[in-house]
Amino acid sequence: MVKSLRWKAILFGAIAVFAILLLVPTVTSQLPPWWSKVLPSEKVHLGLDLQGGMYLLLTVEGDKAVESYVEQIRNNLRDDLKDQGIPVGKLEREKDRIVLEFSGAKEKVDNLLSTRFTTLRELSSSGEGGIWKVQLVLDSKETDFVKKRAIDQALEIIRNRIDQFGVSEPEITLQGTDRILVQLPGIRDPQRAINLIGQTALLEFKLVDEEGNIEEALKGNIPAGDIILYEKSVDRQTGAVKKLPFLLKEKTLMTGEFIKDARVSLDSQFHEPYVAMEFTDVGGRLFEQITAANVKKRLAIILDNSVYSAPVIQERIAGGRAQITGRFTTEQAKDLAVVLRSGALPAPVKILEQRTVGPSLGQDSIHQGLVSTLISAALVVLFMIVYYKFAGVIADVALVLNIIITLAVLALFRATLTLPGIAGLVLSVGMAVDANILIHERIKEELRFGKTVRAAIDQGYHRAFSAIIDSNLTTLISGIILYQFGTGPVKGFAVTLSIGILANIFTAVYITRIIFDYVTLRPGAKTLSI
Amino acid sequence: MELIPHNTRFDFIGKKKITLWISAIAILVSFGSILLHGGLRYGVDFSGGLVAEIKFSKPVDVSELRNATDAIGLKDAVVQKFGGENEFLIRVEKAAGDLEAMSKSIQTSLQGRFTNNPLEIRRVELVGPKVGKDLKTKAMWAVGLAFVAILIYVAFRFHEFAYGLGGIVALFHDVVVTFGAISVFNIEFSLNVLAVILTIIGFSINDTIVIFDRVRENIKKMRKEDLTTIFNVSINETLGRTVLTTGTVMMVVLILFFLAGEVIHDFTIALIVGLITGTYSTVYIASPVVLFWEQNISKGKRRG
Repeated sequence: MVKSLRWKAILFGAIAVFAILLLVPTVTSQLPPWWSKVLPSEKVHLGLDLQGGMYLLLTVEGDKAVESYVEQIRNNLRDDLKDQGIPVGKLEREKDRIVLEFSGAKEKVDNLLSTRFTTLRELSSSGEGGIWKVQLVLDSKETDFVKKRAIDQALEIIRNRIDQFGVSEPEITLQGTDRILVQLPGIRDPQRAINLIGQTALLEFKLVDEEGNIEEALKGNIPAGDIILYEKSVDRQTGAVKKLPFLLKEKTLMTGEFIKDARVSLDSQFHEPYVAMEFTDVGGRLFEQITAANVKKRLAIILDNSVYSAPVIQERIAGGRAQITGRFTTEQAKDLAVVLRSGALPAPVKILEQRTVGPSLGQDSIHQGLVSTLISAALVVLFMIVYYKFAGVIADVALVLNIIITLAVLALFRATLTLPGIAGLVLSVGMAVDANILIHERIKEELRFGKTVRAAIDQGYHRAFSAIIDSNLTTLISGIILYQFGTGPVKGFAVTLSIGILANIFTAVYITRIIFDYVTLRPGAKTLSI
Repeated sequence: MELIPHNTRFDFIGKKKITLWISAIAILVSFGSILLHGGLRYGVDFSGGLVAEIKFSKPVDVSELRNATDAIGLKDAVVQKFGGENEFLIRVEKAAGDLEAMSKSIQTSLQGRFTNNPLEIRRVELVGPKVGKDLKTKAMWAVGLAFVAILIYVAFRFHEFAYGLGGIVALFHDVVVTFGAISVFNIEFSLNVLAVILTIIGFSINDTIVIFDRVRENIKKMRKEDLTTIFNVSINETLGRTVLTTGTVMMVVLILFFLAGEVIHDFTIALIVGLITGTYSTVYIASPVVLFWEQNISKGKRRG
């Protein structure tokens, strides 16, 4: 009996020591170099509500990705129909549909579609007087694929941008099928980060329509195949925004996908920062062809549907270099270089949820939370000693151990501690206090019946056990369900609660029992201080 | 040391006529208040919208800030003083206008209005309407499923459906009364308050099980007594523990109430109410429900 008790004591002691060791990295940052080789060096991670930072839930507008993909197909289809000499009356995209009107044999077009455009599905077709009208859409498998690819690409690009922005321990993960969760702890300038993450950064080169009349176009008479885009300039003194319209050819000659590198440079004349781009080999050759074919024309550089500049092409440009100017601040130019390097998002992203906690508020809540938690913990500890004397000390050991084990498990599994998480921890500590009170009250009751100390402890634990196990298991079950079906904050609550409950059963029921046994098994233990 | 004498003989169950009235009134007041307020006052977490907490370095008049928020396009924004000196809370309900663009530029646009008074955005919360709805339904499902699981587990462990039912009815009572208190004190129902509700559920079911456990034990010992007496004896026997545990937890909550700052002030009010009703409901809701079921519906079949 005594011998088995010693083994139990050693085993549980070892668990307690291990839990304490797991918390050392959290308490101090100066670990000896050998530490990480022998022991885990994970810290207890604080949630953004406690340490400050930004939480962003984004969704990629998959429909837009599908639309731009359909647009590409439409361009290919136009070229192919031309090659085959099919007289086309109309070929337009309406949202995610292609509307095609042509005259002649339908078989020829059907043949083309079934051999070269296998992902298109015919939605409707009607022929009247030799003119066919066909509506085409992307089949559902391809649609899903395009959407899925858009999400994956967006995730990769956002990760890239944040890496270059320089945030310590960012977390960028896919949530569900169409959401991206970005968590940036301790970030100083959330506004800048949002702009950096959310910017689509689609760079396009289009020709200015020199023949078209911009005044007429602004009245609504836009020439076929043209569009109007604006150059926006902000007056740095007054903050007023000026918009200058441009009449452009709709066809995009080149996009930012060929960018190899983008860097900030300083204008030698005005000392204004601009972004210098370097194209890939293929891109460089394409740029050379475009410029050669359009000498003396104006080429507009467009970013996310805003014109940045429209210089006249003086001569053929070889070497694959171009620049974007636009009265940037150094910071803006730097961020633009980052988004151009990391590439354009396949579709615009939308912010579904944003939570930012400034670092000072985070510190305040930690401070206030910590102070009040320590005061209440001290009072509970004191109360147990005053009320239960020596038995109270045993209970206190169990309580402290409970908190240590819970935090150690959090560190071990890289779980985060949030404000609702602290609520879960407090509930589990409350249940630990309750378990000890239950046991002690029961032991006292048994002592009143005149039982010996040994028998009273035996009976006390035995009888209190069912109540403790039932109430803890019920709470554990609801904790697990909340974890399974709850969202972020509810999960945080459920994690600490569930771990705390498991630790509680271990500390309140087993550890205290061993200490009780150890004390009362000594020869001469006739009374119990309880 | 003994705060509560160990040999009390209060007739708790005998008072059930009075206490059922008290509960009925509390529940009516709760529903009445919620109806009068036109439902719970949901925070941005659930309703969607924008909240920003701002700290200025020099004093600013509330009306001045209100003008500024109007001017920068935050129409219908509610501006109120919050927490310490020069701190304000700006709140825009629902997705009025382009909140997304607003949250991006709130710092610069506000700073532009108060050029000589550096400000710090201490917190911004922007929740899209769809996410808010998602959070609400998911939270409701989670709590609902937890209730069902508790019902099944308790019924199974106590070999009797009535005990599971008693526990769940008591939980419903506590949740309704706590929601009522939230409504009466005009507390905003946020994710943090949801965490409080979850805590109260945990505490209430714990309290109920402790007393049911003693009933389970006494049923075997006191075969000649009727169930009402057994409940009374059990509640009296565990009275010491009930007072000590509730007292200790209450002490902690009161400390949080006075010391832990404005952020969790609402949080603690809800906890205090929930703690009281959680303890009360074990004796005056869960127990009478079991007694009623056993004496009227499954007559006389008494099992351990």
